[in-house]
Amino acid sequence: MANYSLDDRFIRELPGDAEVAVSTDDLRVFYGEHEAIHGVSLPFERYKITALIGPSGSGKSTYLRSINRMNDNIYGSRVTGNIMYRGLDINSNAVDVYEMRKHIGMVFQRPNPFAKSIYDNITFALKRFGTKSKAELDEIVETTLKQAALWDQVKDQLHKSALALSGGQQQRLCIARAIAMKPDILLMDEPASALDPISTATLEDTMMALKDQLTIIIVTHNMQQAARVSDYTAFFYNGQCLEFDETRKIFTRPKIQATDDYVSGNFG
Amino acid sequence: MNAKRVDKIATGVINVIAGIIVLILAGLLGYILVRGVPHISWHFLTSPAKAFQAGGGIGIQLFNSFYLLVLAMLISVPISLGAGIYLSEYAGKGRIVEIVRTAIEILSSLPSVVVGLFGFLLFVIQFKFGFSIISGALALTMFNLPLLTRSIEDSLEQVAFSQREAGLSLGLSRWETVIHVVIPEALPGIISGMILGAGRVFGEAAALIYTAGQSAPALNFADWNPFDIQSPLSPMRPAETLAVHIWKINAEGIQPDASAVSAGASAVLIIVVLLFNFLARRVGTFIYRKMTAA
Repeated sequence: MANYSLDDRFIRELPGDAEVAVSTDDLRVFYGEHEAIHGVSLPFERYKITALIGPSGSGKSTYLRSINRMNDNIYGSRVTGNIMYRGLDINSNAVDVYEMRKHIGMVFQRPNPFAKSIYDNITFALKRFGTKSKAELDEIVETTLKQAALWDQVKDQLHKSALALSGGQQQRLCIARAIAMKPDILLMDEPASALDPISTATLEDTMMALKDQLTIIIVTHNMQQAARVSDYTAFFYNGQCLEFDETRKIFTRPKIQATDDYVSGNFG
Repeated sequence: MNAKRVDKIATGVINVIAGIIVLILAGLLGYILVRGVPHISWHFLTSPAKAFQAGGGIGIQLFNSFYLLVLAMLISVPISLGAGIYLSEYAGKGRIVEIVRTAIEILSSLPSVVVGLFGFLLFVIQFKFGFSIISGALALTMFNLPLLTRSIEDSLEQVAFSQREAGLSLGLSRWETVIHVVIPEALPGIISGMILGAGRVFGEAAALIYTAGQSAPALNFADWNPFDIQSPLSPMRPAETLAVHIWKINAEGIQPDASAVSAGASAVLIIVVLLFNFLARRVGTFIYRKMTAA
């Protein structure tokens, strides 16, 4: 592997009329003394899909998890810098993290449905937050499962345990569960890494269909996937973002040598 | 010697050791059951003990054992649930937590007779509870608490971290996630642990001799007012349990049929403890199946 200059960067600015859903400014993540993310500043355009790519250990997942402050739960971790969301820096103690996470949802690498029925997986949090009407809940279950391309397979077994579903179905259930909260932004941490190619294709269709209602930021190891679904791509390397540009530019004419080598498969 | 031979010998030795353990258990159980079961009758299980004549039963002792168990569990389950949740969900890592953990480990390795004598000094003498069910229940709580806390903590830690993340990512608070996501999933383990703890408490004698006492005064089973001293529910009355009764008969029993009563009572004790163990497994897997595959 070549030694890349980490000072060589290209971070595209969003077009002037673009609406920013969330952005980070000099975001740094520390685990104890170790600095895992070295100051990443990126904007994410609303109703677009942004892919975070880069070799293993480059910090893309860590960065993603810090956007809705899931890193708060990891012992000894600390995040500095600003995360601007609707004009508010949500990386601050004054912010109600739990309320914020209703707006910035997340889908994880491994499907993690609750050990409850399919129906309860989707309605459980909604009920906690005050949606009581059965008709309304039924409707949300149907809509979100349709959006997640799972409805046809499970509509007759909504009250069966979610753990009886296949991995791909579980992951789509997790997406349905996340979008049932009507989030503004959906963070996806390698959502297809445990899925077979057919499930992956379905998942990508789901993402494309969701694009007109929410902003998606997705970490992926799969470069074809990034190229297929995303509008913007950020290339991470060694805890930094070296290049951020429109996806087709990253994959056709990257400006940074490291990006070029990575997307053409020379290392990773 | 070649590897294959060594492997064969090692496997053989391990099998023999496992066989010895099973044989010891089977021998012990067989001996107690064969000697005791013939003495078990409805009369034996329900009538009060007799001090000087033959034909006494274990009715009151059996009732005392269960009542004490229920009281001890009522006190120790909420406390150990709180402690278990704290240790597994909130404590994190640090010096104080290490101290708490070590304290729990030491408490769990205290000999039960020491717990009993301590309970005698604190509850019986200092708090003036006398030899009573409440003293016994508190002593049993001290005995049960560390083991129960440990098993609850372990059950909670078995729940995948990703389940907690799932709850949090939906905007649930940590507390809501623990109560509605983690505990339900850990429930089979928690309940198995509780039943196993109950079995241990049921068979405990040393911690009770000096706290719940060694006498079983006659009870009026028509009086269920817990404030009457002769009521079965009174927590202030002395209460000899089954395990203490066995110990006492063998130590100082002067009934003509002492050995028969002892054998019968031992068999009953063993059967109940075995039932608890059996139940712990069954209930755990039953709940788990109900929650997952339903």
